[in-house]
Amino acid sequence: MSQRIVYLDNNATTQVAPEVVAAMMPFFGNLYGNPSSMHTFGGQVGAHLREARAKVAALLGADPGEIIFTSCGTESDNTAIISALKSQPGKRHVVTTRVEHPAVLSLGQDLERQGYEVTFLPVDRQGNLDLDQAAEAIREDTAVVSVMWANNETGVVFPVAELAELAKAKGALFHTDAVQAVGKIPINLRETSIDMLSLSGHKLHAPKGVGVLYVRKGTPFVPYIIGGHQEHGRRAGTENVPYIVGIGVAAELAMANLEDENTRVRALRDRLEDGLLKMPATMVNGDRERRLPNTSSISFEYVEGESILLGLSDLGICASSGSACTSGSLEPSHVLRAMGVPFTAAHGSIRFSFSIYNTDEDVDLVLDNMAPIIERLREISPFWAKAQEAQAGGAGS
Amino acid sequence: MWEYNEKVKKYFTDPPNVGRVEDADGVGEAGSLACGDALTLSFKLDDDGKIADARFQTFGCASAIASSAALTEMLKGKSVEEAEKLTNKDIAEFLGGLPQEKMHCSVMGEQALQAAIRNYRGQEPLPQEEGEVVCQCFGVTDQEIRRVALENNLHTREEITNYTKAGGGCESCHGAIEDILAELWETEGAGQAPQVSIPSARPKKLTNIQKMKLIEETLEREVRPALKADGGDIEFIDLEGDKVMVSLRGTCSSCAASQATLGQFVQAKLREFVSEDLVVQEVKP
Ligand SMILES: Cc1ncc(COP(=O)(O)O)c(C=O)c1O
Repeated sequence: MSQRIVYLDNNATTQVAPEVVAAMMPFFGNLYGNPSSMHTFGGQVGAHLREARAKVAALLGADPGEIIFTSCGTESDNTAIISALKSQPGKRHVVTTRVEHPAVLSLGQDLERQGYEVTFLPVDRQGNLDLDQAAEAIREDTAVVSVMWANNETGVVFPVAELAELAKAKGALFHTDAVQAVGKIPINLRETSIDMLSLSGHKLHAPKGVGVLYVRKGTPFVPYIIGGHQEHGRRAGTENVPYIVGIGVAAELAMANLEDENTRVRALRDRLEDGLLKMPATMVNGDRERRLPNTSSISFEYVEGESILLGLSDLGICASSGSACTSGSLEPSHVLRAMGVPFTAAHGSIRFSFSIYNTDEDVDLVLDNMAPIIERLREISPFWAKAQEAQAGGAGS
Repeated sequence: MWEYNEKVKKYFTDPPNVGRVEDADGVGEAGSLACGDALTLSFKLDDDGKIADARFQTFGCASAIASSAALTEMLKGKSVEEAEKLTNKDIAEFLGGLPQEKMHCSVMGEQALQAAIRNYRGQEPLPQEEGEVVCQCFGVTDQEIRRVALENNLHTREEITNYTKAGGGCESCHGAIEDILAELWETEGAGQAPQVSIPSARPKKLTNIQKMKLIEETLEREVRPALKADGGDIEFIDLEGDKVMVSLRGTCSSCAASQATLGQFVQAKLREFVSEDLVVQEVKP
């Protein structure tokens, strides 16, 4: 039996675009040469790397020389922050936020253990940062400010261009984890003061295991992986040629699909969200205005996320949850906790994240099936009964 | 993704005995909303003193729901004395096994059962197992860790976290848990029965979890109904030390004049029912 899969978990990872798969195939076949080789057979591969670099640069509004290929988003994040610290040894302070992906958050905690000072900026109930608070946090001895462009759980978009200016004014470098933003909202680095930016292939229809670090021309840089002279000595190790070719094509597709993402995909997301919000005790987590077009974090109070996911999974619907049972840590998502989402809602939060491959039928399937799943679990939940009683009691008095 | 067997899945998708027994002889609760899983168990005896009906209400993941449903099935036909002997292991075995990371769901079943039996016997509910709190995040005591370790033959910190949640939050108690295990199994190795002393005094200070639970209950019972009457609501956001963060929803939050009095009202209730030291602070939604 093969069930139709309705994939609404595109912030976790995406389907590799068929065009990307096709472009990669020759590099698993005839074109297996090493771009560093002196012979023509290997050397011809170098041209394909250059092409991929130019495509990624075009997507970001950058120059090809500013693009470094890495093994993933996490490597890009680590490289950027550690480079900023190593290139400015006198500065031992880092500013970031409480809602970063673990690729930055855990690194920040590790830097604290190593004796660096790290400020984790809070967010408000809507998931937004306070720019004044950020400005105050940046000091003369701040080496780097690292703030994600868009949040992977809620889709909330941070004002990174403004933050980059604040960092610049204090002489600090600015890095942004743009893993969730690239391909979903327009980015033009030439118009900003952002010094470094991370992106990851598998969030934009390229394979897992390839990423990019953008480093603005003139920004001090210390490599993280030391060895050969690849990537102009900025990231050693023989290039993952097929995947780099893949991410180049994915970048080209992302540019072409940006319009669709911000119109049709946004409309799908909004229709799903509006439909689900008709259920009682249901709320959206995060600022609905300042958000990626593809993401919806929605809480169904008094029920637990894993149970909801299992109900959806039986129907072939893929989504995520910020509940304790799914976070792998026994506590609910650090993002929702930082926002002050009450426990009743944090444990019952579900993230739906779309891509250009989603359709109206996908939204229909979820809308047709969500209410029975939630109602069933609420019937089992002791808190739902209590909440209902309280409401009835309140209305009656 | 958790790997659940077919029986667990069946008890999750189609659980028997959902609800609350009317005129129950015993009712017990375990877990809390803040912790992410909670269970209310109720049972009723027949004229022969056997459990005629047992029902559950559970907030939690699939294995928490399946464990609760399994427990109610196991209880039927048993006397209270027989029921008392059931442990989390029996629940897990009945279900054909649970993933290691989910064993705490079966432990929650055992806790609710013990609480329901205490309630049946007219004993005070234990707000917390006795002993010293080791894990502040989930309010787990050394006694509980020792008991569960012995019952289930657990030797590693990771196993303790899987079974009791202790150490699954901020992780600062990992060392303390390892010390308890080392001491426990050292005495065992020396051929003596491990010492599990049951101190009779209740913990004098409320743990964070106990406090949160009491706050939740007090808001639910004393505050929310009054607010709902005016079309408003209150949410308990977080507890930091003695600072209770709440936010107001609905029409209350738009009525600025009522804010000051409302804060005082909530604080008075919480001080009366939870702790004298609490300070209520409103966070803007
Ligand atoms: C915001 C953010 N940063 C970093 C990463 C890590 O990327 P990668 O999986 O390529 O290491 C992810 C993906 O999970 C992400 O969502």
